[in-house]
Amino acid sequence: MTIVEDPTTAVAIPARPDQARVARRERLRLLLRSPTFVIGCVLFGAWVVCALFGPVIAPQDPQFPDVLNKLAPPSSEHLFGSDRLGRDVLSRVIVGARSVLIIAPLATLLGTVVGTAVGLVCGYYGGLVDEVIMRLVDAILAIPVIITALLAVVALGPSRRTLIVVIGFLFTPIIAKTVRAAVLGEAQLEYVQAARLRNERSPYVMFAEILPNVMGPVIVEFTVRLGYAIFAVATLSFLGFGADPSIPDWGHDISENYQFINGGVWWAVLFPSLAIATLIVGINLIADAIAQTFDR
Amino acid sequence: MARFLLKRLGLAAITLFLLSVIVFVGSQVLPGNVARRILGPFADQAAVENLNHDLGTDRPLLTQYWDWITHFLRGDMGDSLAYHVPVSTLIGDALVNSLQLAALAFVLVVPLAILGGVIAALKRDRAVDRVITLGGLSLTVVPEFVTGIILILVFALWLDVLPVSASAPSGSGPLTEIKYLILPALTLVLVLFGYIARITRAGTIEALDADYTRTALLKGLPRRTVISRHVLRNSLLPTIAVVATQTGFMIGGLVVIETLFNYPGMGRLIFTAATQKDFPLLESAVLIVGIVYLVANLVADLAYSLLNPRIRYATAE
Repeated sequence: MTIVEDPTTAVAIPARPDQARVARRERLRLLLRSPTFVIGCVLFGAWVVCALFGPVIAPQDPQFPDVLNKLAPPSSEHLFGSDRLGRDVLSRVIVGARSVLIIAPLATLLGTVVGTAVGLVCGYYGGLVDEVIMRLVDAILAIPVIITALLAVVALGPSRRTLIVVIGFLFTPIIAKTVRAAVLGEAQLEYVQAARLRNERSPYVMFAEILPNVMGPVIVEFTVRLGYAIFAVATLSFLGFGADPSIPDWGHDISENYQFINGGVWWAVLFPSLAIATLIVGINLIADAIAQTFDR
Repeated sequence: MARFLLKRLGLAAITLFLLSVIVFVGSQVLPGNVARRILGPFADQAAVENLNHDLGTDRPLLTQYWDWITHFLRGDMGDSLAYHVPVSTLIGDALVNSLQLAALAFVLVVPLAILGGVIAALKRDRAVDRVITLGGLSLTVVPEFVTGIILILVFALWLDVLPVSASAPSGSGPLTEIKYLILPALTLVLVLFGYIARITRAGTIEALDADYTRTALLKGLPRRTVISRHVLRNSLLPTIAVVATQTGFMIGGLVVIETLFNYPGMGRLIFTAATQKDFPLLESAVLIVGIVYLVANLVADLAYSLLNPRIRYATAE
């Protein structure tokens, strides 16, 4: 799969190898000039920094229970207030970025790699293989992702690895469908027929000839799915099926403090909620901007 | 038309069969030894085998599947492990409650989102368009419990105008019941708005760019007439079809919204079944959700082809 890293090497028209690079540079220039993309990157980048260096940035130990200050409103001591055990909400929000930013990207990567492979095979071969796999895909898509994930996590027992595999697997069908549609558009093109006439083997045609030309939809799909993966991880941990209740986690923190909302305790749920919202919106702004540059 | 109908029904039947296999595998094969799960890790091996024999879970998988699916089709979904009542009565009540909530949300969101999408399309690439498109996108992608919590904080805690829970006290009138449903319905509205508005916008832009629209404008028809007679008629049909496909997405959201607002619908039922490892309830509820989704899609497909003369005549040939 080393070919994937440099799509320019196997681009459709060998006579002008520069063309793809020029197009790519042009897309990058358009992206950097798009305010949507820049805002998205700032939001997403801030949370990535928190995920990487959270324990260093956090003003306090996110696990330390300040028992005298349980459910204390925001003050100079606890900028975002404290939760039901007296832990600092600001520190937990900062450190909590790590949990979701490990699971969601790995799950998305798994789903994108498997989904792209399945989509390539379906679109390239067509026929019975395609027909059978697409019916299976439709069946999986008939149940909302959250419900299937709930079923699978309950059956397998929650853990970080289970979450990655389950969410990755559930994203496979939709990515396969997108890639398949893109491949169908490519398979009739001259460069594919030329490769076939050269007697190239099918895996070579699929992965070295067609794949670089459908990388656009794959990249867009990856960024969009990453947003949904964070959505799914946060929702599952809110419902109590997160990876590990002992480490700071936004969804889990919200469900733990939700019962105190009637008593006027807004800070312990609002700040983690805003954290989830800004991270997801950031990624989707990036996805939207990338999709628009590929549309042009 | 008849062939088209048969093909669609056939495909739906195949999908439904595969769906039932997936649900069966997920709830009866993946969790492993059923009796061991019920009796715990320290139970006697003989007792485990006995219980497996009594439950019928030591039979071949194919027999178990056949037994389960034939009973399901006859309306016999077994007894809930947690509530000790037939699964079908639990699901019946919950389904009605969820439909009420969904109906209220749809009544609010469909006109709003279509209006938003049409405005965005008419003001393409201007500030209004960006606000509607990006605002809608952001609301769609944020998890329902985040949107719900922010609505609760604003309307229930700070403004103190609406209740936190969705269940009205028993014996209250229909108006009070609707008041209790507003916050959960509004959460659903915000989540669905962006998606429907986006589809409407795309459809309207396509119709605006079409040749027939240019012809209508060039022959001197007023812009208002062109938009209402030529553009909207062509752009709203696909939108309405898309609305139906959102049912699945919506039911997924209901799991979270009903749990958050403590509303006794399908979503909360699935959630409690999952937390209590009540597999008979869980598998039937999930299968019902899948069936509702497939039926909604089928109806949307058929309605679309019936209403759209191009498809109607093409398949009639």
